[in-house]
Amino acid sequence: MAPKRIVLRFRSDISVKPIVYRLVKDFDLVVNIVRADVNPQKEGTMVLEVTGDQSEKGLAYLRELGVSVQDLKQGIVRNEEKCVMCGACTGLCPTGALYIERPSMEVHFDEDQCIVCMLCTKICPMRAMEVHL
Amino acid sequence: MPMYSIGIRKGFFRSPGSRSLYLEGEFLKEYKDKAEQNLEVGSFMSIEKTYAEINAKIKTGKAVVVTAEELIALVEEKGLTEATREVDVVTTGTFAPMCSSGAFLSFGHTKPRMKMQKVWLNGVSAYAGIAAVDAYLGAAELPEEDPLNSNFPGEFRYGGGHVIQDLVARKPVKLKAIAYGTNCYPRKSLETMITLDEINEAILFNPRNAYQNYNCAVNLTDRTVYTYMGMLKPQMGNANYSTSGELSPLLKDPHFKTIGVGTKIFLGGGVGYVAWNGTQHFPAMTNVDGKELGGAGGTLAVIGDLKQMSPKWLVGTSFLGYGATLSVGIGIPIPLLNEEITRYAAMKDEDLFAPIVDYGEAYPSFTPGNLGYVSYAELKSGKITVQGKEIQTSPLSSMPRAREVAATLKKWIQKGDFLLTEPVKSLPSPADGIVAHSIKEV
Ligand code: SF4
Ligand code: SF4
Repeated sequence: MAPKRIVLRFRSDISVKPIVYRLVKDFDLVVNIVRADVNPQKEGTMVLEVTGDQSEKGLAYLRELGVSVQDLKQGIVRNEEKCVMCGACTGLCPTGALYIERPSMEVHFDEDQCIVCMLCTKICPMRAMEVHL
Repeated sequence: MPMYSIGIRKGFFRSPGSRSLYLEGEFLKEYKDKAEQNLEVGSFMSIEKTYAEINAKIKTGKAVVVTAEELIALVEEKGLTEATREVDVVTTGTFAPMCSSGAFLSFGHTKPRMKMQKVWLNGVSAYAGIAAVDAYLGAAELPEEDPLNSNFPGEFRYGGGHVIQDLVARKPVKLKAIAYGTNCYPRKSLETMITLDEINEAILFNPRNAYQNYNCAVNLTDRTVYTYMGMLKPQMGNANYSTSGELSPLLKDPHFKTIGVGTKIFLGGGVGYVAWNGTQHFPAMTNVDGKELGGAGGTLAVIGDLKQMSPKWLVGTSFLGYGATLSVGIGIPIPLLNEEITRYAAMKDEDLFAPIVDYGEAYPSFTPGNLGYVSYAELKSGKITVQGKEIQTSPLSSMPRAREVAATLKKWIQKGDFLLTEPVKSLPSPADGIVAHSIKEV
């Protein structure tokens, strides 16, 4: 069975460890943590690869806890023609996938860090960040 | 006869780390040749140059032109006097959203004639309350059917700024007009496609551009706000600022010693001119503990032929929850006529400060005051500390693009085909103490 790639987003009061433990223990899932950005001060995000018969049940359990669960099927692409390297997106991108290199102040996009939250697609004043299915 | 010679050492431009990147290679060699010629004519008296002298050098390809970033490194290395003696022109640059922008368009006449009363371009209304086939298209205008902020925050994907970019990109634009009809102008409606090259005149005229300085925006409230300074997270979750700092044109001539009515500039990728001071031109400087602090400061009204500009430097821009606008590339040359001008042109990010303003409550309610000042060096570092809290900063103004404007203008001047213009009238400076008015409601 192919693993399911999902993005979790949760408030700072939800602790990560027990939820991953529950997915493994109660739903018999194989969980691979691709990336985790957990900070007690702010909203946390985590990208997981989940394999197992009960994956849908496991995800339903997460949603009940108030965790936002999203499929990671779409990709975000930067339209290089449109991007003017202003940097407006960099302070809002939750994972630092969009970041400024200093001292050149050029804006770079690291696709591997992107969790497809799509915030930049609305925030970018030039609409340079595009969703590709 | 040179009284002494200067050696341009290899490490010459290598002072403070960050700048060295842009200041090596080809620039050094060319600089060396020309600077030595300047030295020969220099004397030990205080330096005074004229526009005519500098233009004569530009025409013969002998002018020494550097960008504002390059000048900073040069002054650090050799001091003000030497830098003033050696350098003729400093180029500045900025590329940022500038809402008070727009274009006068004169479409040409229809058959039969029409006195256009209302005009739309790609659905965006243009002001037609001027002569028969003239209209002014404002960058912040929105299509009539735009949902605006009814589904908050609105996206504002297309507006006047986008129409201007489409026109300059030579895309066909839909023109719709209505009229009430007169004996001399009988026609009552029109729908057709136009292109920039087919219409008679297109004049970019931006009543307020190139803000000297601008606020660093934060949000002290508990809710996210969507502003023209971008999205601001609650409780100072982020901070946005919007000038190019040490490359920013008016920050490099804060007393308007060289920039005035008639100054020839880089505008939207082509050539333009300073037409007047901009609206809300309130240049002011206060000296606090040896730091010269200013608020938003002076502005410029600029004008130029839209047909020779480029869609790379006039870019339609959308701010979530706020509206649409136009980002404009502007570059201004500053002639180093004397040391005082050089001193300001060489101000560094460390010496330039932006006021921190709360856009959650204070700005919308028009409550004066700020949360202190922060230097552009701190802003560009990516983090500032306000009221004891460390906050991530983001620019809204593109430094790579600002640098490209300054470099392009430098090339134009070096090639000899861009001469400097002496202002025909000075603009009000901080010494004039202009006071801002607000609307009094009765
Ligand atoms: S906000 Fe948009 S234009 Fe600006 S750097 Fe980010 S992607 Fe590029
Ligand atoms: S979608 Fe955009 S804002 Fe979200 S993580 Fe990816 S790059 Fe960052």
